[in-house]
Amino acid sequence: MASVTFDHLTKAYADDVVAVNDLDLLIKDSEFLVLVGPSGCGKTTALRCLAGLEEITDGQIKIDERVVNRVPSKDRNIAMVFQSYALYPHMTVYDNLAFGLKLLKTPKQEIRRRVEDAAKILNLERFLDRKPRALSGGQRQRVALGRAIVREPAAFLMDEPLSNLDAKLRVQTRAEILRIQQRLETTTVYVTHDQVEAMTMGDRIAVMRDGVLQQVGPPPELYERPVNKFVAAFIGSPAMNFATVHADQGKLKMGEQLLNLSGSRAKIAEQRHGKQLEIGFRPEDLEIANGTGDGAVSFPANVDVVEYLGNQELLHAQVEGNEIVALVASDRKVQVGDKVEFTIPNDKLHMFDPETEESLVPTG
Amino acid sequence: MATRAETARLAQPRTFSERLVGWVTRSPVHIVLLAIAALWLVPTVALLVTSFRPRSDALSSGWWHVFSSHLTLANYSQVIHTGGMGHAFLNSLYITVPATILPLTLGAMAAYAFAWTRFPFRDTTFLIIVALMVVPVQTAFVPLLKLFRENGHLNTEFYGIWLAHTAFGLPLAIFLFRNFFITLPKDLIEAARMDGASEFAVFRRVVIPLSVPALASFAIFQFLWVWNDLLMALIFVSDPSKQPMTVKITQLLSTYAQEFHILAAAGFLLMAVPLIVFFALQRYFVQGLLAGSVKS
Repeated sequence: MASVTFDHLTKAYADDVVAVNDLDLLIKDSEFLVLVGPSGCGKTTALRCLAGLEEITDGQIKIDERVVNRVPSKDRNIAMVFQSYALYPHMTVYDNLAFGLKLLKTPKQEIRRRVEDAAKILNLERFLDRKPRALSGGQRQRVALGRAIVREPAAFLMDEPLSNLDAKLRVQTRAEILRIQQRLETTTVYVTHDQVEAMTMGDRIAVMRDGVLQQVGPPPELYERPVNKFVAAFIGSPAMNFATVHADQGKLKMGEQLLNLSGSRAKIAEQRHGKQLEIGFRPEDLEIANGTGDGAVSFPANVDVVEYLGNQELLHAQVEGNEIVALVASDRKVQVGDKVEFTIPNDKLHMFDPETEESLVPTG
Repeated sequence: MATRAETARLAQPRTFSERLVGWVTRSPVHIVLLAIAALWLVPTVALLVTSFRPRSDALSSGWWHVFSSHLTLANYSQVIHTGGMGHAFLNSLYITVPATILPLTLGAMAAYAFAWTRFPFRDTTFLIIVALMVVPVQTAFVPLLKLFRENGHLNTEFYGIWLAHTAFGLPLAIFLFRNFFITLPKDLIEAARMDGASEFAVFRRVVIPLSVPALASFAIFQFLWVWNDLLMALIFVSDPSKQPMTVKITQLLSTYAQEFHILAAAGFLLMAVPLIVFFALQRYFVQGLLAGSVKS
């Protein structure tokens, strides 16, 4: 177990593509950190730099206090789970699990004990004599995890390990990985593009975009207080609604609609009087007005699509030229074509600078 | 949608007449293939039959009279003991086995470096090595022989011919292996490195076991090439006691010019080992030629 530090890490390729730009991030001992972002945001590159599979251009990577910039992968004492599993096809499951230990010249009995322990944790005992081609996708994934576990490394690196599994198995394996991590308390860096995985698994989440770290924090912090529009849009499902408004003497004007504000939001609108603003609100924060929404922002909207989800429904509605989505309890029986008054609690309204896209709401 | 039984029925003619039609339609291809195979085999069968016939029969009638003459092992006995083919057979082995293993080992190591490690001018170096395949062997004979003579008379030992065959076999080996190794999944190599494997361990424990078809097909090529080689043996093995079977047969040709049965036995002895090697490894040979062509 160890801490991992990315100290101003930069990785550029020969053709001037900067994959990771000045990444500064400390991953604490025993922490489960999820690196998340869209394709090409540099999350996998950062992980591969930590693994020693890519040379870094600038900055430092430290495992505990040791700088590992020039340390080969084999000497970093970290284990990696690949998206493709990368099991050795010519070896049995047992040999796959034991491979790393054999290279370390671990005594045979110790190897057997550790492999059997890992197999027990992962429910692989029956498959130890099989070759990988005789296993299902989920079983192969567990072998790949087992290969990381048996080595008892300083850190686990996981590169989208669930993306080749079907939806049901993905949910199961997600829980399994969490259980193992909590049990072993091994520092884990987990890369994914799936924000649901990030939200459910990470102690902290680091959101990346175009090689730049946008925000890092526990899932509730990113969800409730995103530092910019990108993080706000990326975290949460369904995604946050956005609309362009004008600040007008402590109020906001959305088309012809005037939105009343209070508290810190009203103060921001006052400061920005006469200027454009971008507001954001989450579908699940929208409520259908029932006359008691004191201090809430409210506006009417025309519902044009209703998606029934069981206990909830997704209402797609038009308001002053903006399409918004609301996630509400499904007992209201809203019909297509209805005009509905929506309210948002004042403190759930996010405000962004339209140029820098930075959040204007204090995030502290 | 057709059921499985229906599909099977459609794929395979059921009645006798349907089967007959099917066979007649396909038979021209079969007949042509059989004819080519038979034609190809005639010289070998002739050699084999002649090698077992006594001198009188071999000189008086053709090999196809095999059923009217008795067969004997005397030709083999003569060629092995008095003709010196037994000793030459061992020489052939001494030359061929190292001259196959050396380029196989060195080629695989070099190919691994070209496929999976990074160093300056890697691809340029690889291109130059591949380009060496177009250099005709003959152009290098004089300078090589001079080099061997001036450096410890390598041509009087087996080392000279081992080195020469290795040198000429390496470009093909490196080309073939590198192109095979590069098709192995990158994740597999990286997983082994993460598991703590050194480059040599990755090579030995992951790359080599997964590349047996490519290695086997090159081993067959190189073995047959060296075993059947006459030219390089004539030039690089100057000691008569170290000459291989190919050289010995040319000598027998001048001694026993009219003695077909002796020459046939010698010739078949030369062929026996390549046949055994080929049949033992032919499974890999076919796989190896197809290797990398289809994504598995």
